[in-house]
Amino acid sequence: MTRATVVAPPDAILADAERPALREWRSFLRRLARRRTALFGLGVVAMVFVTALAAPLISPFDPIEQNIGERLKAPGARDAMGQLHLLGTDHLGRDLLARILYGARPALMVGFAAVLISGVLGMVTGLIAGYFGGRVDDVLMRLADIQLAFPFILLAIAVIGVLGPSLFTIIAVIGVSSWVVYARVVRGTVLSLREREFVQAALALGSRDRRVLMRHILPNAFTPWLVVATLDMARVIVIESALSFLGLGVQPPTPTWGGMLADGRVYISTAWWLATFPGLAILVTVLGINLFGDGLRDTLDPRLTV
Amino acid sequence: MKVYLLRRLLQSLVVLFGVSCVVFFILYLTGDPALVLLPPDASAEDVIRFREVMGFNDPFIVQYGRFLGGAIRGDFGQSIRHGEPAFDLVLERMPATFELAGAGLLIALCLAIPAGIISAVRRNTVADYVATVIALLGQSMPTFWLGIMLILVFSVQFNLLPSSGRGGIQHLVLPAVTLGLFTTARITRLTRSGMLEVLNQDYIRTARAKGVSNQPVVWKHALKNAAIPIVTIVGIELGTLLGGSVITETIFAWPGVGRLSVQAIYNRDYPVVQAAVFLLATTFVLVNLLVDFIYTYLDPRIRLR
Repeated sequence: MTRATVVAPPDAILADAERPALREWRSFLRRLARRRTALFGLGVVAMVFVTALAAPLISPFDPIEQNIGERLKAPGARDAMGQLHLLGTDHLGRDLLARILYGARPALMVGFAAVLISGVLGMVTGLIAGYFGGRVDDVLMRLADIQLAFPFILLAIAVIGVLGPSLFTIIAVIGVSSWVVYARVVRGTVLSLREREFVQAALALGSRDRRVLMRHILPNAFTPWLVVATLDMARVIVIESALSFLGLGVQPPTPTWGGMLADGRVYISTAWWLATFPGLAILVTVLGINLFGDGLRDTLDPRLTV
Repeated sequence: MKVYLLRRLLQSLVVLFGVSCVVFFILYLTGDPALVLLPPDASAEDVIRFREVMGFNDPFIVQYGRFLGGAIRGDFGQSIRHGEPAFDLVLERMPATFELAGAGLLIALCLAIPAGIISAVRRNTVADYVATVIALLGQSMPTFWLGIMLILVFSVQFNLLPSSGRGGIQHLVLPAVTLGLFTTARITRLTRSGMLEVLNQDYIRTARAKGVSNQPVVWKHALKNAAIPIVTIVGIELGTLLGGSVITETIFAWPGVGRLSVQAIYNRDYPVVQAAVFLLATTFVLVNLLVDFIYTYLDPRIRLR
């Protein structure tokens, strides 16, 4: 018999305290790994990510430089230099595959940045509304109702129309106006956490609100937040391409999937590939994210409706 | 119950007030509404005179008061491009947008609810897998791409349906399918999960134990309870449909509010944009109020709150 644990140094106690959380994460990852569709989705997203980063290594073509002599070549055609254009060329003679690979960059950039902004905004709002309740909660939830009343795309294009389209504006507009889903889900989680014993205990021991929120509530509200963030990323990528499609996204000559679709629409009766492949790129990316997000939700909390 | 409905009505008014603030602020985002409204080549004197005429030099609160007063009476100013009252222009296009959104919603409900029910009742069969995969694809497919692909197949290749304009039912098919697919996918998944949950409840087991046959159990006992979240989402999806009409109307040259607003944004015709945003948001708020009233009928527990 030894009483060593009682006199263990503070570090060891800390490590002990952290172990359950770690174990929970491990068990979560194990359960997630058993969901093959979720893993498949994650794989797809990872592939899109890698190809976006490694675009110059994958395709020998420049996505912006025009080559009018080689315009509207069908998929699989070879140009005068004998180089293969796997997905054909567009109306300015640019390789379609190269443009799709580079087009993933603005989509992912807007996706991550906007989700981060709206996620943080929504998390803070949800924590405050759920924890403090009362008047504060009422005001914040009415703000959420006001935000939701707007047809999203219309409000976004109206604001971008006034401010002028740029990567920064797009991220800001989508980021600032997408906080509601996060706030609602986090608020709901906080409402139930607030009644739990460990929170009551912390309060009874005299912990300040700030500490209870940061140490006890935030970590537990994080997983539903993560599910919302994943599924919201899919939505944001579709919105980014819709804005580019309307000419209010990242401006040419930077290739965007939505912008390529808008070009392709003009040539729909002569060059089907121009509109088809960029759309497939969006579909595959969004599908991958959705599959992963669904898996994440089913693993963490199947009853969470997002 | 009266208290509940009254409170919801008041909440809606507060939301509409907030909507009017946001719509008002759109013009002031850059700090100078005169520069937003005037063409970029306007001279300095023109800008000064325009500010005077439009009252942009007045205190902020006075300008907002004037805007709100106008908005309540349906006066958002003249369209800069068309020279007509902006509100009338938007109102004229409303029926086309409602027609499209209504058709999209109808398609969604007719496909999604049976699909969701079958999927739940015959869980883990081929029918369930097919419905689930289609719903997942529908939820991941960007509307504008679907629209272009439908045009490519049905208008360009086979010349079966018109690709643009408004007219008979054949003009409505492609845009309505395009607009409705996302909502179809959402409602299918929601119906499936809602039905699965309800079918596991004790009262369903009781009904079955009492010898009620399968059909009434599914359609009467289960569906009525699973309908509550569906009704809620229909209200919210209407917002998606009205917002989605911006893209769908642009692709199919459908003469509705969405296309009008996109053109107005290109032309810097902001009175029209403001009127359109305000009217669509108001529609959304009113429909959701209506949904809440239906809700109290479906779920009497709410009335007691």
